[in-house]
Amino acid sequence: MIYLDFIIGHLNYWLFIVLMMTGLYIVVARGNLVKKIVGLNIFQTAVFMLYISIGKVTGGTAPIYPVDNQGHMQVDPSIIYSNPLPHVLILTAIVVGIATTSLALALIIRIREVYDTIEEEDILEIERKLSAADNKTHGPAMGGRA
Amino acid sequence: MHHHLILRVVTKMLVGAIILFAFYVQFHGDFSPGGGFQAGVIMAVAFILYGIVFGLNKAEQVFPSWLVHKLVALGVLIYAGTGVASMLLGYNYLDYGAFNPQHPSHGQHWGILAVELGVGVTVTGVMVAIYYAFANRPPPMKDEDW
Amino acid sequence: MSAADPHYVAKTFMDHLPILQVVIPLISAPLIIFIGNRKLAWIIAMIASAAAFVIACLMLAQVKDGSFISYHIGGWAPPLGIEYRIDALSAFVLMLISGIATIVLPYAYTSVKSEIPKRLHTLFYALFLLCLTGLLGMVATGDAFNVFVFLEISSLSTYVLVAMGAGKDTRALTAAYDYLIMGTIGATFFVIGLGLLYMTTGTLNIADLADRIANQGANRTVQAAFTFIVVGMGLKAAMYPLHHWLPNAYTYAPSAVTTFLGATATKAAIYVLLRFMFSVFSPGFHFEDWTLYLIFIPFSLLAMFAASFVAVFQTNLKRMLAFSSIAQIGYMLLGIAMLNATGLSASIVHLVNHGMTKAALFMGVGAMVLYSGSAFFDNLNGLGRKMPFTGAAMVAAGLSLIGVPGTAGFISKWVLVQAAFENGWWIIAIAIMLSSLLAVIYVWRMFEVLYLTAPAEDCTATDPPLPMLIPMLILAFACIWFGFDTELTLGSARVAAEGLLAGSAGMAH
Repeated sequence: MIYLDFIIGHLNYWLFIVLMMTGLYIVVARGNLVKKIVGLNIFQTAVFMLYISIGKVTGGTAPIYPVDNQGHMQVDPSIIYSNPLPHVLILTAIVVGIATTSLALALIIRIREVYDTIEEEDILEIERKLSAADNKTHGPAMGGRA
Repeated sequence: MHHHLILRVVTKMLVGAIILFAFYVQFHGDFSPGGGFQAGVIMAVAFILYGIVFGLNKAEQVFPSWLVHKLVALGVLIYAGTGVASMLLGYNYLDYGAFNPQHPSHGQHWGILAVELGVGVTVTGVMVAIYYAFANRPPPMKDEDW
Repeated sequence: MSAADPHYVAKTFMDHLPILQVVIPLISAPLIIFIGNRKLAWIIAMIASAAAFVIACLMLAQVKDGSFISYHIGGWAPPLGIEYRIDALSAFVLMLISGIATIVLPYAYTSVKSEIPKRLHTLFYALFLLCLTGLLGMVATGDAFNVFVFLEISSLSTYVLVAMGAGKDTRALTAAYDYLIMGTIGATFFVIGLGLLYMTTGTLNIADLADRIANQGANRTVQAAFTFIVVGMGLKAAMYPLHHWLPNAYTYAPSAVTTFLGATATKAAIYVLLRFMFSVFSPGFHFEDWTLYLIFIPFSLLAMFAASFVAVFQTNLKRMLAFSSIAQIGYMLLGIAMLNATGLSASIVHLVNHGMTKAALFMGVGAMVLYSGSAFFDNLNGLGRKMPFTGAAMVAAGLSLIGVPGTAGFISKWVLVQAAFENGWWIIAIAIMLSSLLAVIYVWRMFEVLYLTAPAEDCTATDPPLPMLIPMLILAFACIWFGFDTELTLGSARVAAEGLLAGSAGMAH
């Protein structure tokens, strides 16, 4: 059963793809601004998972050298350690993710204060009216974004 | 103001313990799991918990928001300042060896301690600042109207 | 520095230039918040960006001959440690970014006063410097993951800067939100690409990545990584079908922010694109050649025509210039897709020429908005006559945007056409000229509004205060100067292009 091997052997990648696509789909398909951010978070988390899973070394343990009483590191070449670098990278990426999320939520609060809604369709409706008003006073402009 | 008595008492007991634990995590960051990120969040949790139970005004009396903003900046300054200090000592940016040229590994110790302190201060500040920023917005409807 | 002794003591100031380039704005930003004084905030920001500009010039002087500077952070040697690496291309782009920042700040002082609430001024300057830090860091670093971190530093501060336009028009908020979603998806795609590269090569140092990918041959992981990186950076660079965030963000952001972003943000993303497409993935990589021919060329042609066409039908000058930016990015990507030294130097020199041109134009619009309140054409009627110097600066920059001989814009388009002929693609050469005709139309509309219509009778507009006027005039003068003296721009661009085309060999230690 080579196919089963292929699927199970790459399990982390399959999960990563499912999570990533779920997240992207939510960003695209949901109209609620907060739900979009949740989708974005799932999308980012998928990438974190990808990184963390490639840091795993079969049979590897936590990459911390044990210390003896004198404070000297006991380096034993026969012990296999996991690769710590992806974890470090993802620590940074998580912090970036938090910053993005909180900034997005702050923006949503401001949007809600101004538009009194966080549904994309309602906001677009209001903005269409604003542009229509602009067009009326300043002459018609080509709408859309090219 | 007398309801939630148990929450109030438990919170008062917990806040001290949480801060103590934050310092534990902070100062063990250079040779064991822990460090500024985690410690900063734990420290911020103490203030946020206090704010949730006793109200935002009480929390802002303890930890005014101007101070929070200064701390955010101060932490980054400590971090970057450590790098500049090593540069002034004639080494590369963030080369902790500068702090103890005879024993570079001791220098590493000092350098990491300083940098983690900067991270901790900033993360505390940022987390509390995010909480204040979100909790401070006037609610769209009053509590009585629910 | 000797490799055996990483702790080389007593370095001079000159040795630290690559890191100082990034650290000076990085330290100044929290310093501004820490001091919390509105006047001092501007002074600190000004000093920091002027220092960054001087440093970039010093470094460009060092690497103009095609050599490079490598700086090891924390004394850890690459590829294990993080390396900052400056070569002709990065020094050139650093000079553009820090130069624009230095020239925008005096302008921002007055402009920000009128467009942004007072309590936000210190935050504005801090965020401006953070954005500058991120853009400079993206260009200066030689570590692939560092590029992502700096990219996010600049993007996050950009979102806030765009949202600061909410005081004038609430649509700035939704523009910032759109930009945030698109930008985050782009940055995350970029990280996925880096993760795939790290999986196959086990390294993140750009020079080391280049060496190791060269031995990979046709590897599907590498191809996927390439795709993710190009799409991710394409989003940040507003590559044609991925540009939807740009018009709104540029239209509703405060003038000073639009000026700075329009001249630098997309340019830094294009730099990263160049760095990855040519230094990391060498041009011999067939997958890349096909991407360039089948995706870059059609889409950049589309950008040149579609975006210019939409620009013609705008009623808001700022929005018109935003669409024109998308078209100009098309020229840069076309130069990349030519895949020869002339095409690359055309797109590199266009980075700088377009940066200066757009900055001058957006500054002019900002100055007029100061009086008219909005950038709609009917509010700007005849303002060119009322504001002679501002109008003159905008005319010079407008001519450069079209590519009239004797302006900077002409040089880059001329070299681009040359590159097309070198490849024998005369159809594309004709397309470049035709799309310039579209530029003539929309720039002419601007002239018409500024000069050929009568100003409102009660119009009291005069030239803006000197701090706003002088940066504008300097940029307009530069648009003309670099149309005659191409030694600095085109010369550096050629050295940079040759370094890029050498592929991974150009990154050798």
